[in-house]
Amino acid sequence: MFQIRIHGRGGQGVVSGAEMLSVAAFLEGRYAQAFPSFGSERMGAPVMAFCRIDDKEIRLREPVLDPDALIVQDQTLLHQVDLFSGLPARGYILINSTQSFDELGLGGFVRGVQQYRLSTLPATELALKHVGRAVPNAALLGGFAATTGVIGLASVLAAIREKFPAAIAEKNVAAAREAFDIATHAREAIDA
Amino acid sequence: MLKQTEGSHAVAEAVALCRPQVICAYPITPQTHIVEGLGEMVKAGELVNCEYINVESEFAAMSVAIGASAAGARTYTATSSQGLLFMAEAVYNAAGLGLPIVMTIGNRAIGAPINIWNDHSDSMSMRDAGWIQLYAETNQEALDLHIQAFRLAEELVCPVMVCMDGFILTHAYERVDMPTQRQVDAFLPPYVPRQVLDPSDPVSIGALVGPEAFTEVRYLSHHKQLRALGLIPELAAEFKKTFGRESGGLIRTYRSEDAETIVVALGSLNGTVQEVVDAMRESGSRIGSVSICSFRPFPLAVLREALRSAKRVVVLEKCLAVGLGGIVSDGVRKSLSGIQLNGYTVIAGLGGRAITRASLTRLFEDAERDELEQVTFLDLNADVVSHELERESRTRRTGPTAEAILRRIGTVASQIG
Amino acid sequence: MDTQIKFYQTGTFTVGNRLLTEEQRTVQADMHRTNSLNSGHRACQGCGEALGARYAIDAAMRATGNQLIAVNATGCLEVFSTPYPETSWQIPWIHSLFGNAAAVATGVAAAQRVLGRTDVRVIAQGGDGGTTDIGFGCLSGMFERNDDVLYICYDNEAYMNTGVQRSSATPPTARTATTPAVGTAPGNVFGTGKNVPLIAMAHRIPYVATASVANLRDLEQKVTHAMEIHGARYIHIFVPCPLGWGSAPEDTILIARLAIECGLFPLFEAHDGKVTSRTPIRRQVPVTEYLNKQKRFAHLFGKTPDTARIDQMQRMADQNIADFGLLQ
Repeated sequence: MFQIRIHGRGGQGVVSGAEMLSVAAFLEGRYAQAFPSFGSERMGAPVMAFCRIDDKEIRLREPVLDPDALIVQDQTLLHQVDLFSGLPARGYILINSTQSFDELGLGGFVRGVQQYRLSTLPATELALKHVGRAVPNAALLGGFAATTGVIGLASVLAAIREKFPAAIAEKNVAAAREAFDIATHAREAIDA
Repeated sequence: MLKQTEGSHAVAEAVALCRPQVICAYPITPQTHIVEGLGEMVKAGELVNCEYINVESEFAAMSVAIGASAAGARTYTATSSQGLLFMAEAVYNAAGLGLPIVMTIGNRAIGAPINIWNDHSDSMSMRDAGWIQLYAETNQEALDLHIQAFRLAEELVCPVMVCMDGFILTHAYERVDMPTQRQVDAFLPPYVPRQVLDPSDPVSIGALVGPEAFTEVRYLSHHKQLRALGLIPELAAEFKKTFGRESGGLIRTYRSEDAETIVVALGSLNGTVQEVVDAMRESGSRIGSVSICSFRPFPLAVLREALRSAKRVVVLEKCLAVGLGGIVSDGVRKSLSGIQLNGYTVIAGLGGRAITRASLTRLFEDAERDELEQVTFLDLNADVVSHELERESRTRRTGPTAEAILRRIGTVASQIG
Repeated sequence: MDTQIKFYQTGTFTVGNRLLTEEQRTVQADMHRTNSLNSGHRACQGCGEALGARYAIDAAMRATGNQLIAVNATGCLEVFSTPYPETSWQIPWIHSLFGNAAAVATGVAAAQRVLGRTDVRVIAQGGDGGTTDIGFGCLSGMFERNDDVLYICYDNEAYMNTGVQRSSATPPTARTATTPAVGTAPGNVFGTGKNVPLIAMAHRIPYVATASVANLRDLEQKVTHAMEIHGARYIHIFVPCPLGWGSAPEDTILIARLAIECGLFPLFEAHDGKVTSRTPIRRQVPVTEYLNKQKRFAHLFGKTPDTARIDQMQRMADQNIADFGLLQ
């Protein structure tokens, strides 16, 4: 089973992101479960969503306490929420940011850990560029696909197309594609 | 057809396949997506021959349902928590009048304190109203149970509540196999009323009944539920034949045949329980679980059979009989009448508190050593409790309890789980 | 409305009108009337509500070709008409709860639509308690949705079935069990109360009317007219209660007429939120003539009459006369 926890704020599409991820896994013939954890329903409040992917039926219902991957849609949560709770040292972290880990003040945390499992992605900028709205979820899924290899890009794009009406879907698809490319290059650069 | 969809949407689609004729809708978290989904289907012309009514309260919702059902229409509504309480008078009325209404409960805690998250206190509050109560373990079962519910309700002329955990199921995206219209039509024939308001054959429904006949009327409703004990498994078997999978029934056992410790629970919690059972079995524990699907009628006989050979039973409850302890435990204890074994009540998940594998493992291990209290509150923060009690003993003007506790716990948004 | 022959209805006898053509006769004059609320019910002697219900439902039955379903709130009418194991109703009838008649009727109407029974109509009925108070939320919801229901309120100005307690329809100064005739301002107070016909008009539903058991012809015409309209409709019928009002059973119709003639109960119709007609007062009487026939107002009279409050009642009546133009 592969477990993902997504952190963000209300209005950033955290829950839809988890849902699309589960749909992408479903399209690959796998079992997936996605569910939210909200506090009061208002824009800007910290929100979490969870996704589990497996090749057999998923029975577990607890929140994802020991994620294999973390997606952080809003970097302002970094020093407010206990984001990294339960993340093992070899876990994936994908942060929506134009800054590097050192610039984000996470340098100390990541030192000593296999670097290629950590990445940042300017997902909001990509969303603004392609969609015109600061909703980074689709881009982050594209980045997630590249970084972890857990899900294929084609499935992510298909899931995006299922979620949004046609015109908006294609814009999100473009954002996801570019994110995928950026993340792939970053990975290659690290491996090289 | 396989789909990856939100639980509430799966339920909406399943209800639509049952050809409901009148749907009344009032919003309340966490069931709202269900009625919204149905409303959209009606408006878009996907669900035809269906009147969709936006009512002004839950009391109105159940009342409109009563009128529609009494006039011969297949009727559906959904609610949760406070909404169920607000319609309480009408809930009893529907059962007393013998109307086959089907209602989804998106299980949510009842306030005060106000809480939008999952527990079973809402449906439990109506357990003796005369409705059949079925609990879904997964979104697949949730959608399947609605199809069975209409059939059950109409055969018995008794209203049925299908309970699914709020957020945990309603808002979870999961794979489901959505039946076809033809499959549902084969299983669920059109509604033929036992009583109906019809100018060509007038009847008076809802007369005053005095001491001379009230007991008999009540007895007959009890008898109806006892008949349901037989009909529910029959329908589940027929469902399996038509749709190809197990869903519903009275209870479901998991690795309990040779178990020394058996855990009993309702709803989605069973998924996590089964994971823990598997893990503990790996380490040599003789542990199993029983999932109760039909809570009303309460399956005394089959539960007795399932539990009788165990050494101990742990009942995990997402509800609380304040001042007493367990609600489900009462039924379980009754089913074990005359059989000697250790019974433990564990109150867990109130107000949506996460129930984790780690906590359950510790709990079951304690149970195996018979080191559990009669009633345990899982993951109770004893420090917070004792601090509050101490504060109350010091001052009279302590202010609202909830606020004081929240202040002590700190910001919730910064925590996980 | 009848413009050719003026009728002076004196007492309860003049319902048959051999001088009129068939179409102009009242439903009650017809030997073949449905008697939807049949005899044998357990209402008190002189019960205005039993009379009003029979008048209204029979008129509705004729107007709909006997295709009618009635939904009844808990209250006197429901209790006295269905003493288990008997029922006085000859039409399909359902009683659910005290506060939900309007909502249940909405459901029944929805079922008729979906079952393709376009000819079957629905009436919801209840007393003032079940309409103006506990049933108010559901009533407003039905109005707001413009559901195809005629709601009839039989207003005897208190919760009678439970022993005469005050409702928001209880007039000022009236004695009830919860507004006792003691203290400095005995009986109900001024400055409270709800005018549901006006509230119904504020919802801008197609038709609102007030009616009275003292004017059978007018009541029947209003019900008949209401059944020609589809959508939410409301008729508020004034029904004296001899027991609760402390009046003589044989005076029910007389008292209902006095309420009209003094101005305290105006008879009018409204369409889409605007008053479209009123029944003029034929012979105005002072409120005292109406009040002193009822023991619930007895404390206003006697050795030292409460002239201040009687005057206040008179001013209320005068205001109605002015507002509705009842003396034109």
